[in-house]
Amino acid sequence: MDAAIRARGLCKWFGEGNLRTNAVRDVNFEAHFGELLYVVGPSGSGKTTLLSMLSGILKPNAGTVELEGQDIWKLSSNALADLRLHKIGFVFQDYHLFPRLTSAENVAIPLILRQQPWDEALKEAAAQLQIVGLKDRADLSPIKLSGGEQQRVAIARAIVSRPDILIFDEPTASLDGDTGRRIIEFIKREILNEHRCILVVTHDPRIFEYADRIIQMEDGQLKKVEEHTVQ
Amino acid sequence: MSGVLRIAYKLLVNDRGKFAALLIGITFAVLLMVMMTSMFAGVMSRASATVINTGSSIWVMDPAVNTVANAIPIPDYVLDAVRSLDGVKYAVPLFTGSGLVKLQNGDYQAVSIMGLDDSTLLGRPRLLEGRIEDIYADDGFIVVKDSEYAKMGSPSLGAQFEINDHKGVVVGIARVASSGLFGIPTLYTTYGRATQDLPTTRFTMSYVLVEPKSHDDIARIARAVDALGYRALTKEQFMQRTADFYKYQTGVGTNILLMTVISFIVGLSISGQTFYTFILENLEKFGALKAIGAKSRELVAMILFQAAFTGFTGYGLGVGLCALLIAAAKLRLPSYAATVTFFNLGLAFAMVLVITAFASYVGIRRVIRIEPFDVFRG
Repeated sequence: MDAAIRARGLCKWFGEGNLRTNAVRDVNFEAHFGELLYVVGPSGSGKTTLLSMLSGILKPNAGTVELEGQDIWKLSSNALADLRLHKIGFVFQDYHLFPRLTSAENVAIPLILRQQPWDEALKEAAAQLQIVGLKDRADLSPIKLSGGEQQRVAIARAIVSRPDILIFDEPTASLDGDTGRRIIEFIKREILNEHRCILVVTHDPRIFEYADRIIQMEDGQLKKVEEHTVQ
Repeated sequence: MSGVLRIAYKLLVNDRGKFAALLIGITFAVLLMVMMTSMFAGVMSRASATVINTGSSIWVMDPAVNTVANAIPIPDYVLDAVRSLDGVKYAVPLFTGSGLVKLQNGDYQAVSIMGLDDSTLLGRPRLLEGRIEDIYADDGFIVVKDSEYAKMGSPSLGAQFEINDHKGVVVGIARVASSGLFGIPTLYTTYGRATQDLPTTRFTMSYVLVEPKSHDDIARIARAVDALGYRALTKEQFMQRTADFYKYQTGVGTNILLMTVISFIVGLSISGQTFYTFILENLEKFGALKAIGAKSRELVAMILFQAAFTGFTGYGLGVGLCALLIAAAKLRLPSYAATVTFFNLGLAFAMVLVITAFASYVGIRRVIRIEPFDVFRG
């Protein structure tokens, strides 16, 4: 499999002197296209910090991150924003959907940021909502949807611009067990493909079985890489 | 960018409670600011009504005169002296004063009297009815048909009245550009009749109206009149002097200025606070947008658009509401002195821009500072 993301010697610390906290220490790993990769570990182990550095959101203090061979931290802030817009899709833990917009408008946001005309963007958003099974919810505000439905709207927003890399932050944290499993099954079945790499930060053991590979973090370091047989 | 602004628009107007609070804040701030300044402009315009209506280029007066209504009579030789100055095309006397009219029904009514130069009738009003030459007829008076006209019993041509125990006959009905400040009807007659029928001091002339030969002569005439011990002011200077008197020596201007500043502060506080709360509530969403790939300038544009849209909508509503209130007030009170001027509108607009800029600034500061990482971190 090709490397979608390659991290080398990644370090991140916060504060200076006696107050310095090492959040991520010398992390090296690769993520591949066609792979559902979990980053797991206890709270404070550096999962979110690592994910933020990999996705071009948080600048590392040391090390490099290559996305499809390009060192992203050598890009200007605008180029980095463009890269996130075109190559990476995010599904946040709390979804961060705009309650004052309809579900379709929420999904269309990445396309609108890419200067796509409003009507075209909405049409494309409706198509993505159909993929996630929410075609009839397109005109509803996210606050009128259940947690699982909101999660799917967030997924539709993440995939609408067809990114190569998808990043899920605790995707099942706010969902009950069944819904969480259904969401992950859906992601694996419908969203993952050979041209896409999905990174999931989680500490929900109920969904570990769906991962292709699990990276375990502890105290800012990679402790273990666990290969799973594809389910 | 238009799609981003459309998102900004929907985020704003779909939050109906906040949007209404923002609009109410700015609308009432604008309403108060425009209302206050319009009332002031109305009072100022009426205070200078005689200057506006007469239309003379230069007014010669006693140096102690502060407003056109409070003329200090000047001796006749001033007229001759002014006429002899270099650069003076012509100069005529003007009488302004007040009198007591006894109407046909027996009621008494205070009136303002304008005595025009007998030979030229300089400063005469535009006649709606009657002929100007009839002002020379026995006891001839012209009545101004303004908001105070009814107080004279809405007389028609030929109507008779008594003024200071002299007979008066309405020979003309006229319209002027601006009504007076004091809510009393205005009568025009000749200078000679005015000084004959009305009790006066030893000197009778209120002002000398001067027309210079050219604009360049104004300064020279003013200097020469100064040397005589009197004061020559252009029409604009006289209006400004009148306005300054009401502004700084009566407290009217200070009070209105204070009210305007208070309105501005109230608008600024309500709008700034509400807009800040609106931004705070959406802060994480803006952070999420940044993470997705929105650039800072796009987020700044969204906030500026939201603030500007709210500000300008509130401005329009405030000005509209103010115009409506003034129109309604004038229906009930014809002499209600309030005038919406371009200056008032410009001033309120500038203040709305300040409110909008302030509200945007506080919002932009927060949004620029939010790190997408904070969204992940929760």
